[in-house]
Amino acid sequence: MSGNKETIRLENLVIGYETKTVAEGINASLNSGELTCLIGPNGAGKSTLMRTICAFQKKLGGSIFIEGKELSDYPDKELARKIGVVLTHRPQIQNMSVEELVALGRSPYTGFFGRLTEEDKRIVAEAIDMIGITSLKDRMIQNLSDGERQKVMIAKAIAQQTPLICLDEPTAFLDFPSKIETMQLLKKLCREQGKTIFLSTHDLELTLQIADRIFLMQNGTITSGTPQETAQSGALSSFIEREGIIFDKLQMRVKISR
Amino acid sequence: MRKTPILILLGFLILVLLVVNLLLGSVKIPAGDTLAILFGDRSNEIFSNIILKSRLPQALVAIMAGAGLAVSGLQMQTVFRNPLAGPSVLGISNGASLGVAIVVLMSSSLAGVSLSRIGYAGDAAISIAAIIGSLAVMTLIVWVARKVKGNVTLLIIGVMIGYLVTAIVGVLKFFSAEEDIKAFVVWGLGSFARVSGDRMLLFVGMMAVLLPLSFLLVKTLNLMLLGDDYARNLGLNISRSRTLVILNSGVLVAIVTAYCGPIMFIGLAVPHLCRAIFRTSDHRILVPGTILTGAALALLCSLIARMPGFEGALPVNSVTALVGAPVIASVIFRRRKDDVRE
Repeated sequence: MSGNKETIRLENLVIGYETKTVAEGINASLNSGELTCLIGPNGAGKSTLMRTICAFQKKLGGSIFIEGKELSDYPDKELARKIGVVLTHRPQIQNMSVEELVALGRSPYTGFFGRLTEEDKRIVAEAIDMIGITSLKDRMIQNLSDGERQKVMIAKAIAQQTPLICLDEPTAFLDFPSKIETMQLLKKLCREQGKTIFLSTHDLELTLQIADRIFLMQNGTITSGTPQETAQSGALSSFIEREGIIFDKLQMRVKISR
Repeated sequence: MRKTPILILLGFLILVLLVVNLLLGSVKIPAGDTLAILFGDRSNEIFSNIILKSRLPQALVAIMAGAGLAVSGLQMQTVFRNPLAGPSVLGISNGASLGVAIVVLMSSSLAGVSLSRIGYAGDAAISIAAIIGSLAVMTLIVWVARKVKGNVTLLIIGVMIGYLVTAIVGVLKFFSAEEDIKAFVVWGLGSFARVSGDRMLLFVGMMAVLLPLSFLLVKTLNLMLLGDDYARNLGLNISRSRTLVILNSGVLVAIVTAYCGPIMFIGLAVPHLCRAIFRTSDHRILVPGTILTGAALALLCSLIARMPGFEGALPVNSVTALVGAPVIASVIFRRRKDDVRE
């Protein structure tokens, strides 16, 4: 995919908490029009990296450039127009319709009282249509299935009109068909809208089939590349293989040896 | 259903309740005379005193207090994402109690004057003490809010401060004269009738300024519904917003409590009632909704507390709970059943 421009660049990034460094020496970039998946064992720091890029927590060192400008130099409201997030856990909201929630995605653009202009309303309707949830738009959030609710949150991120969308394990609680459906939807957004999409996941085989780029996070750092590159380099094997589990580099599949 | 007509209907209900509040009471005053008095007729001194110095101030105080407590409860429930949060939960009204306890219970032993005997000046001292007490606790809470991250942590700390303050009040009571304790207990029962004259105007004036301020926070509150991370991602400064909401909410409670005593239940229940009536979480509807519903409910309670037979002796706190609890429980219960059926 040539012609895609760099949306985010991580340079010598160090992440973690005040008392503990989780990963360091992270050098990687995310490109527009690409679906990048972050994989790695539990505790490797996937969420920490995700939260650091979304500015939910401070980096310990290095730089994060978003469209060429350092993350910490963005004012709150401007950053809200660059990164849209979708989280694992569903928000506990009662009595809010799908349409109202997607409309909250317009908050970085609306005025003091959050009143929607005709333009905002059109963008909200488009986002809902694009995700294919028009039939749900008057339903209350609490009456949706997990898969439907995750689509609503993605529609919110679309309405937010950010070049970058970060999703922290968006498919964790979904049933298998919904996982695939959600991933396909995200892939489509990359291709058709030129979005930069970055998500963390544990669904390895699905990821290898659909991702444009893989970030493998283990042992305190990141290896990045296309699924094929990551497989060939042996990095995936070292992540997956243990007694009784083999990673087939050619077919990119996990096999269980009896 | 459209939301605006319901708001207009609520406004109309308040007007009706206000009129009924002026007309009904232990002394029978003809409607024509009441109207004449409101338009400046002072020929019957007893009647005009009852209307202008008792019924009208009481109704106005009830409107403002009910509105203030209700919107404050809504703000607390949203900012803490906890349906059981209310004005009393962060210890802010306990702070008012502490202020009053110090003034009422300690005055005789420290200054040699029993405040329960000196009337007007005593009342003013009580109001000021209550405001200082609740603002002190609120400042502490805001300070803690800037230090801790989680809302649950903050809520627990708030509840603990509440217990601590109540314990101090308990100790103060132990060392106090019996008549002072009685004065303190009476203050604690809550009343819309305690404020009149200039102090009533001051109270109503302050609330008339503070209540509109809560409209400035509707977008903030709507975003807070999504949880901290989503809200922050949409450009909200969580720490500053939380502080602003607690400040607005806390000052409203402090002032109402200072003038009316700790009024229970309205702050907790009205937001739930409104969510059930309007079927929305949108604060652009809920803020005016709770203000109007709170005012109406307080007027109703004030009316019942003055019904023949009670002669104003029935504490507002008993009425708010007796009237409100069944009504609200049934409304919420019915709505829940509808939800299940959908």
